[in-house]
Amino acid sequence: MTKASVEDRLVGLADLVVEAAKKNRNPEIEIPVRALSNVSFNQKKRIIEMGRNRQGREFFNLGMARKFMQTILVADALAELQRQGLSSSLREIYYRSKHTLRDSNENTFDDQDESDPLIEDLEVTLAALREELHVRAEAGGAVVGPLVLVDNGDTVDCSRLGKGGYAVPSIVEPEEIRIKKCSADFVLLVEKGTQWNRLSEDKFWKRHNCVLLHGGGQPPRGVRRLARRLNDEKKLPVYVLVDNDPWGYYIYSVVKQGSINLAFESQRMAIPEAKFIGLSSFDPDKHKLPRNVGIKLNEKDIARAKEIMAYPWFQKKEWQKEIKAMLASGLKYELDSLANKNFRYLTTDYLPKKLKDRDWLD
Amino acid sequence: MGGLPMKKSSPGPKPEPKPDQPVTKSTRVFADELAKKQREISVSEFFAKNRHLLGFDSPRKALLTAVKEAVDNSLDACEEGKILPEVEVKIEVAANGGPAPAPSQAERFVVTVTDNGPGIVPEQIPRIFAKLLYGSKFHRLRMSRGQQGIGISAAGLYGMLTTGKPVRVLSRWTEKKPARYVEIQIDTAKNEPKKLADRDQEWDRPHGTRVSIELDGRYQKGRTSVDEFLEQVAIANPHAKIAYVNPEGQRVEFPRLMAELPPAPREIKPHPYGIELGVLLKMMQDTKSHWLSGFLSSDFSRVSPKVAQEISDRAGLKATTKPRTIVGEPAERLYKAIQQTKLMNPPTDCLSPIGEKAVLAGLYKQIRGDFYTAVSRSPAVYRGNPFVIEVGLAYGTGGAKVAPGAAEAEEAGPRAEGEEKEAEVPLARLLRFANRVPLLYQPGACAITKAVLETAWRNYGITQSRGALPQGPLVIFVHMASVWVPFTSESKEAIADYDEIRKEIRLALNEAGRRLSTFVRRRDHALDELKRRDAFEAYIEEVADACKRLKKGKLNAEDLKKRLQKIAHSITGGEKTDALAKKKPDAGPAPESTIIVTEKGPEGAVPHAETAAPELKLEPPKVEAKPAKGKRKS
Repeated sequence: MTKASVEDRLVGLADLVVEAAKKNRNPEIEIPVRALSNVSFNQKKRIIEMGRNRQGREFFNLGMARKFMQTILVADALAELQRQGLSSSLREIYYRSKHTLRDSNENTFDDQDESDPLIEDLEVTLAALREELHVRAEAGGAVVGPLVLVDNGDTVDCSRLGKGGYAVPSIVEPEEIRIKKCSADFVLLVEKGTQWNRLSEDKFWKRHNCVLLHGGGQPPRGVRRLARRLNDEKKLPVYVLVDNDPWGYYIYSVVKQGSINLAFESQRMAIPEAKFIGLSSFDPDKHKLPRNVGIKLNEKDIARAKEIMAYPWFQKKEWQKEIKAMLASGLKYELDSLANKNFRYLTTDYLPKKLKDRDWLD
Repeated sequence: MGGLPMKKSSPGPKPEPKPDQPVTKSTRVFADELAKKQREISVSEFFAKNRHLLGFDSPRKALLTAVKEAVDNSLDACEEGKILPEVEVKIEVAANGGPAPAPSQAERFVVTVTDNGPGIVPEQIPRIFAKLLYGSKFHRLRMSRGQQGIGISAAGLYGMLTTGKPVRVLSRWTEKKPARYVEIQIDTAKNEPKKLADRDQEWDRPHGTRVSIELDGRYQKGRTSVDEFLEQVAIANPHAKIAYVNPEGQRVEFPRLMAELPPAPREIKPHPYGIELGVLLKMMQDTKSHWLSGFLSSDFSRVSPKVAQEISDRAGLKATTKPRTIVGEPAERLYKAIQQTKLMNPPTDCLSPIGEKAVLAGLYKQIRGDFYTAVSRSPAVYRGNPFVIEVGLAYGTGGAKVAPGAAEAEEAGPRAEGEEKEAEVPLARLLRFANRVPLLYQPGACAITKAVLETAWRNYGITQSRGALPQGPLVIFVHMASVWVPFTSESKEAIADYDEIRKEIRLALNEAGRRLSTFVRRRDHALDELKRRDAFEAYIEEVADACKRLKKGKLNAEDLKKRLQKIAHSITGGEKTDALAKKKPDAGPAPESTIIVTEKGPEGAVPHAETAAPELKLEPPKVEAKPAKGKRKS
């Protein structure tokens, strides 16, 4: 579908208010529901897609009035970015829109927790990516490997940046970052910086000819988008290495199918071919990790594991077995626990064996 | 309950010889030797060592207790003399040689309380002020502030113990003679007064008493202070005129609000349910009656000759038995028989409750609020003692700013992140009284506090956390009037927890609470609507301005605002809200014993100037009479 410019879409909100006022009606913005109830798993495309459920945000409804006002203020700030050709952080938007209401000491926003979700609301309502709204996500994550990028006119050779690698910016769209060259065979996306450091220090990427990426926990959009582009443009398989716990499963799930919260972005972010390389619930046995390096699952872990088990995109037999095994053992394991064997166990034993045995989950 | 031990064996060792263990001669002490150490302890001596029992545990509390005892005495005396009380309390820093320190630093004070009471005949002055357990109130059953005859002499004794200074009394009882000035000390060993000075002196008053006590103390404002005490005395005694000069030299006057003395309480005979066996035995020894039936019907209330016969029969005693001969087992039978016989409740004209009108007037004058109500229960009985519970509520801030949050808005300036959640609602203030005397200490031990805590304030539209006082701009007044208030200790700080008392307090609170809830609910609803519209109006400004910016200025923002306001108005109940919140908080007339303050002025049982006309015309209320704004709120 061809769409109006982002700026026009933002201005459209003002029109909506004006029109409603003219017709003596309560102004209302229809916002797609960002919840599990409003996503579906597209079996064919193997990504999470957003449904059609929308929720009205009315101005003259005491429970929503403040949010309505805030939404319009955020839209105004976003339009300003468009007009001035600038990008900004979530926090800057918060500060830009914060002031005190006239004749009172009520603030338009009390803290950033109030403004962040509204930006996501506008993303889904206007079908605009955060990058298109010129809002930078938190940068975070790094990359090393046989990869040459052009960023802002500078050529960056990710094989010559030492142990630290290249910090992945939050916007990696082709207009900003060009992939000049990539000779790797695959992408390894690691959950944690600590284990990525281990692999980078050991030059794992050189021996196995791969791009090493990490996202510092739940990978930010820049990291996901870069992995997706390498998968798209260079046809590289993507392997995800996470802790053996429910949150690790969900990180993998977001990389592969997209997130529930921003399901409309799956189209551009998800990597349906991504594979889960570990840590699997069966690995502690296979690698003879002692039970005492495990951590007992707490109540939240158990509840989350059960939730994930029920997601439509986790219904494959192997996955059900994987999660059941975790629940049965009652333990979770961190990637770092492999150091119990020896410091370089991840580099020299664990990953090579995994890759050789093609021991991963889809 | 004069529970002070009069005799006590010396605390020395008193080994009991054990039969199977012969005691050597050197350790054995014989009774005749012990007897040398055994002697009477005077009450005064006992008190000197146990001053905390009477409320003199800390210097700050001692100052308050001294004021309290003197004021109690003055008010009791005036009422007994059928004189409208005028009491002046003056606290000065005692220089004690060097230059006088600042009041907050001072450690020694002179408390002077002057009244216009009937005065005291010169011969009695020493005993009243310097002999413990001497007084007119202990041996009778009639409502009064003092009960035991300890208070004022204990204050004098405390002063003497801490400063070595005597109690100074100036009193005049008749215009025919000059006033008498006496300086007295207590001989603690004998519990007898000792006069240091005794002379006639001129005084411009026709009658009255002035007592001065120098004592160690500390002066501090705030909770449980002399200031708070006197403010509360004024609330509970609207017929009294009270002046107070604090150590800083500031004079505060609490004007008289009611020009009538409360009806004098009648003295009653004890009700049989209220006495203990020992008391019964003593009464039978002391009685003037020759027959048991006569004793029962004339020395007790609510015992008719017929009932006396019934009691005698039940006890298996002849109605003609001589009371003095009934001892031992028959006495116990008699005691039981009395408890088993159905008797009428004691007469209640021995009580002098403050009255709904006066409670209302006291609260209205001393507490700022939007709503006042008062409830007087009918008399009830605990352990044979009649009592009355009175409750008053004052609610609201009493200012024009009624909207919740308006108070915060007054502190101008935008709020930074994290500042917005700080607004805390204060707890209600509980004022406890027993026989018109404020109780400031030991709220936790008091039946009044317990009854307030267990009342479900939420049913009346007032928030309350579990086990805590209710929240909000609320003052709760509870008064217990009784011929014998069961205090938990001699220092008279808390009322003992009798089921009957607690139940009466609860019932009174319920009634007052119901009246309050009608007011609160009606006003809260209107305020909600108003707040809603206010919120919409502020948001409309924001939204319209933002829309104008989005449209790059190509928008008539004022027109948009007007249209949006119209929509908002039609959604939030329109004109009705204005009427409810601003003009008429109460559609109907104010219920009885209730005052509702509106912008037009107070409605309901407002105390009118006429009520207090005779006094007020002579001395119009002074501006300084009302305590400063800040002090009223807790």
